[in-house]
Amino acid sequence: MVYMDKKTEEEQPGFVGWIEYRLPIFSWVRHLGEYRTPKNLSYFWNLGSIAGLGLLIQIITGVILSMHYTPHVDHAFNSVEHIMRDVNYGWLIRYMHAVGASMFFCAIYIHMFRGIYYGSFKRPRELLWHIGLIIFLLMMATAFMGYVLPWGQMSYWGATVITNLFSAIPVVGKGIVSWLWGGFSVDNPTLNRFFALHYLLPFILVGLVMLHLVALHKHGSNNPKGIDVKSDKDTIPFHPYYTIKDFFGFGIYFLIFAYFIFYEPNYLGHPDNYIPANPLVTPAHIVPEWYFLPFYAILRAVPSKLGGVILMFSAIGVLFFLPWLDKSKVRSNNYRPINAIAFWIFVADCLVLGYVGGQPAEEPYLTISRIAATYYFFHFLILIPLIARYERTLKLPEEI
Amino acid sequence: MMSNMISSPSLQAEGKAIEFNAVYFVELLRRTLRAILAIMIILTTSPSWANDHIKLKTMSWPFEGILGQVDRQAAQRGFQVYKEVCAACHSMHQLSYRNLTNLGFSEAEVKEIAKSFTVHDGPNDQGEMFDRPGIPSDKFVSPFANVEAAKAANNGAAPPDLSLIIKAREDGANYVHSLLTGYDPAPDGFKMMPGLYYNSYFHGHQIAMPSPLSDGQVQYMDGTNASVDQMSRDLVVFLQWAAEPEMERRKSMGLKVTIFLVIFSIVFYVAKDRVWARLDEK
Repeated sequence: MVYMDKKTEEEQPGFVGWIEYRLPIFSWVRHLGEYRTPKNLSYFWNLGSIAGLGLLIQIITGVILSMHYTPHVDHAFNSVEHIMRDVNYGWLIRYMHAVGASMFFCAIYIHMFRGIYYGSFKRPRELLWHIGLIIFLLMMATAFMGYVLPWGQMSYWGATVITNLFSAIPVVGKGIVSWLWGGFSVDNPTLNRFFALHYLLPFILVGLVMLHLVALHKHGSNNPKGIDVKSDKDTIPFHPYYTIKDFFGFGIYFLIFAYFIFYEPNYLGHPDNYIPANPLVTPAHIVPEWYFLPFYAILRAVPSKLGGVILMFSAIGVLFFLPWLDKSKVRSNNYRPINAIAFWIFVADCLVLGYVGGQPAEEPYLTISRIAATYYFFHFLILIPLIARYERTLKLPEEI
Repeated sequence: MMSNMISSPSLQAEGKAIEFNAVYFVELLRRTLRAILAIMIILTTSPSWANDHIKLKTMSWPFEGILGQVDRQAAQRGFQVYKEVCAACHSMHQLSYRNLTNLGFSEAEVKEIAKSFTVHDGPNDQGEMFDRPGIPSDKFVSPFANVEAAKAANNGAAPPDLSLIIKAREDGANYVHSLLTGYDPAPDGFKMMPGLYYNSYFHGHQIAMPSPLSDGQVQYMDGTNASVDQMSRDLVVFLQWAAEPEMERRKSMGLKVTIFLVIFSIVFYVAKDRVWARLDEK
């Protein structure tokens, strides 16, 4: 590590030196101040710190909510209403938490697409990309379990549909599902463990975010030109240049956030979740939260349950192989005209998947979802390697 | 051919003639794709479950919009309709009588309202359950002792609790108003199940609830004519308040927060510009 001083105790006098010799906290803070960053980062590079902020907001509001929430099938729904009606500013805290999840996902998705467009996943940042993907997976698990906690109709039936996916696993599937449930249906034990895990996972996420930062700081940020930093002339200190730019980004993020909290707090949710869970009544359409819809569409595109589950997990799994599927030496799509087109078609494909994922499982949506899901894998497994091999890239600039 | 595009692959119109080459084509394609993408984002961000519904009557409600407020007169009338009509079958167990002060009822009036209900309470120090008059901190008394009793009295389907009904239905306010005023005669040849009633706005058009409102059904204290349409609108204002009692505070806080954030963003944008200007000086 660059910020680990190898000084002796005598070389670091005073109180600060005493601490520093034992715990290198001051040199760590100094590292944050001196950390050098490419000077040409665009606003797309704001999303990383915004996502960090998103996680922090979820943890703070979540801890407060848990002080008033009761994880029991008979009380969960009413305790959420108690938060909305009787707890001081409870409505604000809960809407921040519910809208905050969507905002967090929005930031993460832009962050990921940015990483793909500018080739941030390429050598030497493969592990940085992988840690990010693990964060993404864990986030999805956390969000899914959080949506179950209010114990409304969509909570209950969403939990039933998703946990049932594991029953597709041959031989042990049924056993795994009842092990997950802690019984023979989604019930009180399920709610209890989802609450425990929903509280636990964000702290594991914090640990992973730290690893993500360690991996980032090893080689520094990628940049819109995708070329390596050659000298100090290419970089500027993170502080004050990017700290202040980040704060402007926070302002814009909070403005969008505030619009939803104060004026459309339920727009991103589903009305059925204001009906208490009822195991005897199935909602007309069981729809997951918007951030799962593309994956839900891939799941439903396959007629076989096991096939759908495998394909859905592969959709994320394939991202782990991206650094080896895309072997082009040029990182940024600004210098890869063909791959840039493929990128935007891929973004469009993800939106199509998201749209059909929210529609009932019938024609013409099924056919569209099948075409879109096929294209999703065609893009990664065939198009990307071929383009990387045959594309004539543009001449890279000499310096940042 | 490609090497003349060094810094940015943006569309280059040098003089009058645009070079009609591969780079130009690629760029054109990219721009078209982005335009399609923008349209798709707009299309896909509308709520995905909103497309299989009957067209509702769309009203302009006083509680809508950035400065929306609860019309207290209408809400009080709506409470009267709930109390005298709906409460025979529908509970509102998320609300307490004390919440009614929020609608402009005085504390004394709320005490009177609460007292008119009988609350089953206990056990007392003899170990017995007992009945007592309600007090403001009691939750709204439900018409049935439990869900089973509600089902037994209503052909097996318990009437839904109304505390959250506006939030629990797509476009809730317009939906409830449409439903309450939507008891039209069934079209010719429409097969009705026994014990169900035709409603133009209910999913499947057959609803177990008979038309609950008829003209002049309640006697409004303020002399408003109690037409079905009037009662329905008053009720919706009351139910909307019941579903989101924080709505007025939320919206007024939202305005302050937005103003603060706009200033916050401008300040940091200007500060960012100033700090980054140092780089040019070097």
